[in-house]
Amino acid sequence: MVTHDSGAAHHHEPPSGFIWKYIFSKDHKIIGIQYLLLALFSVFLGMALSLLMRLHLAWPALKFPFIAGGAMTGEQYLALLTMHGTIMVFMVLTTAPQSGFGNYILPIQIGAADMAFPTLNMLSFWTTFLSLVVMVAAFFVPEGSPIGGWTAYPPLSALGQIAGPGQGTGQTLWVVGLAIFCAASLMGALNFITTVIDLRTRGMSLLRMPLTVWAWFITAILGLLAFGVLLAACILLLLDRTAGTSFFIPGGLVVTDQIINHKGGSPLLWQHLFWFFGHPEVYIAILPGMGVASHLLSTFSRKPVFGYRAMVYAICGIGFLGFCVWGHHMFVSGMSPYSAFAFSVLTMSIGVPSAIKTFNWLGTLWHGKIQFTTAMLFALGFVSLFVSGGLSGLFLAQPSIDLFFHDTYFVVAHFHLIMGVAAIFGIFGALFFWFPKMFGRHLSEPLGKIHFWFSFVGVYAIFMPMHWLGMVGAPRRYAEMSSNAFLAPLMPIHRFISIAAVITIAAQFLFLFNFLWSLWKGKKADQNPWNATTLEWSIPSPPPFDNFAGEEPVVYRGPYEFSPPDIAEDFLPQHVAPQRVARGK
Amino acid sequence: MLRQHARKGSTAVALILSLLITLLVAITVYLFVAKTWWFPISITAFGNEVDNQFHRTLIITGIVFALSQLALAYAIFKFRDRGQRARYVEGHSMMEVVWTLATLVMFVGLGIMAKNAWAEVHFRGAAPGAMKVEVVGQQFQWSFRYPGPDGAFGRYKTVEQAEAQRKRGDQSASPWQLDPADPVGKDDIVLGPGSEMAIPVNREVEVYLRSQDVTHSFFVRELRLKQDTVPGMTIRVHFSATEIGTYEIPCAELCGLGHYRMRTNLKVMSQPDFDKWLAEQAAANAQ
Repeated sequence: MVTHDSGAAHHHEPPSGFIWKYIFSKDHKIIGIQYLLLALFSVFLGMALSLLMRLHLAWPALKFPFIAGGAMTGEQYLALLTMHGTIMVFMVLTTAPQSGFGNYILPIQIGAADMAFPTLNMLSFWTTFLSLVVMVAAFFVPEGSPIGGWTAYPPLSALGQIAGPGQGTGQTLWVVGLAIFCAASLMGALNFITTVIDLRTRGMSLLRMPLTVWAWFITAILGLLAFGVLLAACILLLLDRTAGTSFFIPGGLVVTDQIINHKGGSPLLWQHLFWFFGHPEVYIAILPGMGVASHLLSTFSRKPVFGYRAMVYAICGIGFLGFCVWGHHMFVSGMSPYSAFAFSVLTMSIGVPSAIKTFNWLGTLWHGKIQFTTAMLFALGFVSLFVSGGLSGLFLAQPSIDLFFHDTYFVVAHFHLIMGVAAIFGIFGALFFWFPKMFGRHLSEPLGKIHFWFSFVGVYAIFMPMHWLGMVGAPRRYAEMSSNAFLAPLMPIHRFISIAAVITIAAQFLFLFNFLWSLWKGKKADQNPWNATTLEWSIPSPPPFDNFAGEEPVVYRGPYEFSPPDIAEDFLPQHVAPQRVARGK
Repeated sequence: MLRQHARKGSTAVALILSLLITLLVAITVYLFVAKTWWFPISITAFGNEVDNQFHRTLIITGIVFALSQLALAYAIFKFRDRGQRARYVEGHSMMEVVWTLATLVMFVGLGIMAKNAWAEVHFRGAAPGAMKVEVVGQQFQWSFRYPGPDGAFGRYKTVEQAEAQRKRGDQSASPWQLDPADPVGKDDIVLGPGSEMAIPVNREVEVYLRSQDVTHSFFVRELRLKQDTVPGMTIRVHFSATEIGTYEIPCAELCGLGHYRMRTNLKVMSQPDFDKWLAEQAAANAQ
């Protein structure tokens, strides 16, 4: 029996009975799939909300059958906007790449039988599930869901019902739901970190870890440091709302002719706490996608990752700098202009590790033998989106330019491209790549490719034009464009974006069909259908309960030995002993 | 047979994807060069400096954008699977050093070049003779206050004062009303919720931004200026507008259900027109 420093000892017996096997499972693979299903539900919910927003923006008079009175009001629009952002950021971009794929793949890629703390793992999933339930409950309270945006700036979020519909019970449910989510993420982060440090198999040195594992590892560290701060902020906000404290509410406020009985708080305190979490959160969403992109580009170019060490340092660099730049969200907040300048230069320098990654991805493709699987197409799409979305950050990082762009559609374009759809492309790439391992069947490649074409063209058609909306100065979070004269000429762009959104969203149902159909009818998968090199491809598809059947695999080399000279095949898996490698061209 | 078929498919996919990426670059570059949608005019020296810095940034990011996307498109087509064996290369230390240093110099250099524009409006205070205007945000309207001939703002009632008045039956009492006991406030010109703001052309103006309920944001596109009005804080910004005209002030920070309709105008007038306007407001205020 193998024991580890963390006290984890893994030869637990497979559970019996449906409930212990599939519902309250402690198996990292089942938990990974549970997280992915939670994200799948959430992404379609979040997408439906964005569809309603886009329809309303382009055709403000449009009547919806489920809204009393038909047309959408300003507060209903803001409720959709708040819930769209919250659900997408937390329930999709945080859960799917990290908790979903990380849970399933990470232990196998480092040769472990499970995560370090299986019970904690189960607990963190069900805590996440609870937070989703609490958050979605906000839709069903009489005044509706909150209208304060996913950033929930006080005093709007702290004053209660008086500040607007949805700011009462709805906003309370939102805060509580988010606090629960933070607790769940902290548990997950601890588990990931311990697993990587403690459960690596023989020969799996740090610099032999796949870049996916590096990304999940650094992301977990970010999560550990960031979610604790957000949890504290949520508790303070909850106290302001329910216990009469004034952490975020200053004195002398008059809201709808009523003098507010609070004094001494600071709205900026929330912004600092929120963005101290919020900026690392961007990297929590995108780092796993970077890991997946590196992994797929190497596998399907049949070439080692170009500059593996530089990639590792770049991930660490981004992770570290990610904590030093939160102030760039606050250039117009009234923060000291001197700290704004410091935050600006630090933010510009985070472009350096990001550029290193991009150049190394291009270097990986160069002189490769590129195989256009659907997974690879999404990885290539990821690189393109990452470049497009990343470069607009260089404008926003400069306070003088941000004075114009802050809270305009330019920002919406920037963060949707880089943390929204680039991360989603990472998720799709990961799913097409690992689906055969997880379910023993392939997703349909032809359907997947059609889905890719629609998505790739679609997301660019949706988000590129928003840059120009921002250049004209169109503010985000506006329910209607009719009240300002300078916004009226932009309506054709809004209609173009909305039409692109309708088509792109329709294409996602191709994916949903592909997913469900392939679970039962997809082509059967071999153990290693992609001729890949990492440990998950050394065991059956799907893997047995304890992954390596009680054996401890041995790792002999780095993770990306593709097309090495003097080898018969064009790949050399990590677990194949040197004396068993077939030589010859 | 099957592999040959797969390779033909790979050529088609490679071609489509490279063309799409090339098309993306072409359309994007065209729209930025043609300036089909662009900034409104700039009416401050600071705004001109911002526009210059924007152009510098646009050129650098534009080159990086086009080169990276085109390199990606090229690699996708050139290195598609045609049965070749991939070249076994693990990296190139010299190249890593070169592109790390190049991007470091480029990006951080841009950031430091941007300092001048920022310092102009934020490190330096307003000139001593600047005209003061107080701007107060509330859901979903702006109010303005001019200090009058004495050039100083009178103080507001305290919360305790306002609450005491309310207890005595005056439900309109608010800590955002002038304290009648303060002589400095006697000549203040208050333009209530829903008013427009006016300033003289070519004169430095110092704006005192405040909010009485939630966070709003004072945004004038032509000034290239946006500043949140944060409850509990008085934030000062200064500028000098060089073009007579009417410019919109949309609210730029989510402030509740009427956020989208919280707007007013900034009127930049000649000094005589402004003096006349201000005298009219003062007369209306005195009634």
